[in-house]
Amino acid sequence: MPEQYKLILKHADEPGYTPDLGCYLRHGGYEALKKAFATSPRALADGKSLSPQEVVRDDVKASGLRGRGGAGFSAGLKWSFVDRRSGKPIYLICNADESEPGTFKDRQIMHKDPHQLIEGMIISCWANDVKLAYIYIRGEMPHGAKLLEQALAEARNAGFLGKNILGTGYNLEIYVHRGAGAYICGEETGLIESLEGKRAYPRIKPPYFPAVLGLYMCPTIVNNVETLCHVKHIVTMGAGEYAKLGTPNNTGTRIVSLSGDVKQPGYYEIEVGKVTLGQLINDANFGGGLKPGRSLKAVIPGGSSSKVLKAGEVFKLNRKGADGQMTKVDVPMLDLPYDFDSLQAAGTMSGSSAIIVLDDSRSMVETLANLAEFYAHESCGQCTPCREGALWLAKGLHRLSHGEGRKADAEYLSHIAQNIQGRTICAFGEAAAWPVLSFIKKFKDEFEAQGAADEAAHAKGAGPSHELKLAASPNQH
Amino acid sequence: MSFAVSAQLEARLDELTTHYPVKRSASLMFLHALQEEFGHISPEAVEWTARKLGLQPINVYELVTFYPMFRQERVGKTHVKVCRTLSCALAGSASIREHFCKKLGLDAHAHTPQTTPDGKFTVEFVECLAACGTAPVVLVNENLHEQVTTAKADAILAGGV
Ligand SMILES: Cc1cc2nc3c(=O)[nH]c(=O)nc-3n(C[C@H](O)[C@H](O)[C@H](O)COP(=O)(O)O)c2cc1C
Ligand code: SF4
Ligand code: FES
Repeated sequence: MPEQYKLILKHADEPGYTPDLGCYLRHGGYEALKKAFATSPRALADGKSLSPQEVVRDDVKASGLRGRGGAGFSAGLKWSFVDRRSGKPIYLICNADESEPGTFKDRQIMHKDPHQLIEGMIISCWANDVKLAYIYIRGEMPHGAKLLEQALAEARNAGFLGKNILGTGYNLEIYVHRGAGAYICGEETGLIESLEGKRAYPRIKPPYFPAVLGLYMCPTIVNNVETLCHVKHIVTMGAGEYAKLGTPNNTGTRIVSLSGDVKQPGYYEIEVGKVTLGQLINDANFGGGLKPGRSLKAVIPGGSSSKVLKAGEVFKLNRKGADGQMTKVDVPMLDLPYDFDSLQAAGTMSGSSAIIVLDDSRSMVETLANLAEFYAHESCGQCTPCREGALWLAKGLHRLSHGEGRKADAEYLSHIAQNIQGRTICAFGEAAAWPVLSFIKKFKDEFEAQGAADEAAHAKGAGPSHELKLAASPNQH
Repeated sequence: MSFAVSAQLEARLDELTTHYPVKRSASLMFLHALQEEFGHISPEAVEWTARKLGLQPINVYELVTFYPMFRQERVGKTHVKVCRTLSCALAGSASIREHFCKKLGLDAHAHTPQTTPDGKFTVEFVECLAACGTAPVVLVNENLHEQVTTAKADAILAGGV
């Protein structure tokens, strides 16, 4: 039976492990930073050589590390896009906005092991010639913000931060910046606007790629909390050893947030791709299975924005056979390795690695209505398709889940969602559309039956055709 | 209450502006600090912030209206934020909110935050608080309460915070 592999959360939940510097140092803290500073230049075959900073950047690329915030983009590649010739300062921002519904992993790191994040950040900043960096933490984590501020002060006093760090001549400041309750601040260009003291209106790309025109129109790196922590371990282990963790192209470990209808919801760190979706849900080491008497209905595999998977679905995936040839094989949904590529091949994504499990007691209409309300509330309002469309979706689903639906609603809602995706400034448009499109595609019968039942009940002058279970919530609009 | 920022708070805020190459960036941190001190963001607080950061009041006002955590009205001493989003809803957060409202004599069907007439409690729904593994969760002022039951809800109300 597969087990957890605790790299990032190695110490976090150990009894007696505290978030202060002393404890971190007793557990080998800031040794990776010293190792990074001691990196030697590396000679290349063509006679040129890499500076120590370039060596670390190269190692991050070679490690295969992919972003843990949502898109799964290669961290090393992202760093290589940074405009280093502009003469402008380069900034680094840690995205600690953690607000994709279902996700609660960065919270564990920041509250239990803040110095690990700070060490990862200092190494990443040094490797990228960054002198000023920020941790953008969501406003609803006031304790996390205080803990990070304390940890930064400790690091400063101990000479890991500030002027002439550990006598190397390198200067770096890191500050905590608090958000104020808007999901869109997690989108990196919205985050940058917010950090500039403005509304978090995402910027259009091109031209505003953060690596070129980011914070204050300077080159900027935005990485997730967990991604930056991994940098520390890449330095400690070496890129080669790190890349042995996980599976090819899906290296390292990842913290999975598991919630919904399982016996043991919680966060579980795994080697990427070494554990299947089914094992995460059912094994005693992980979710422990569904509640007694219940069966699986659906899985939201990568945060609320990812496309839903239906129990019993089977996917055709490329697999390398013993002879090295790629062949298509049938992979049932629960046998999907939990990694970036497999979930993408299954038409969805591992996103923020947040799994929400739905059992057979759940109404897909009500579930989707709940999510649609989130997106209607969180649209920043810049783009008409998103601002209006997200609201229409929420209203339509509110109606359908409150006994006022029509059979044609399924088509109507899909149509709206189709007119949002691909027509907006930022990926929030897809985030709002994908749940709707996938829920209705895969559970069309349920949506149509509910609408038809409402129509029939209405024709007879009867009350709602069904009972509300989940969203006894007032529609907020 | 008239709007007067203590010298101590002002010094703290002045220090904050040194964290950024552009003063305007400190806006959100100013508003958090002022809201903590005064309970809400008044028009005076907006103007004061604008003056301190070299902005027009509209530049600050548009933040107060954009970011859900900032509020222009006073709220209860104990501010109960019940998570509404999916994982918490699956774990019964709608009934937890209703329980709070009923206990406090508030309208459970209203859309907006509800405050008791004595100004002691405000109850509202908020979106995912990034603690979905211990749903349903409730943020009471700065404290997160996890796996909240009606019994825990009663304890929260009895304890004030
Ligand atoms: C609507 C939206 C919300 C997002 N929210 C978050 C978030 O809360 N945390 C996060 O790290 N990334 C979030 N992202 C992804 C960021 O834009 C960005 O890709 C990420 O921070 C990059 O870091 P990484 O490469 O280390 O993953 C969000 C993206 C979108 C489109
Ligand atoms: S897609 Fe939505 S959230 Fe993104 S910029 Fe447009 S309106 Fe704002
Ligand atoms: S859904 Fe309630 S904390 Fe995430």
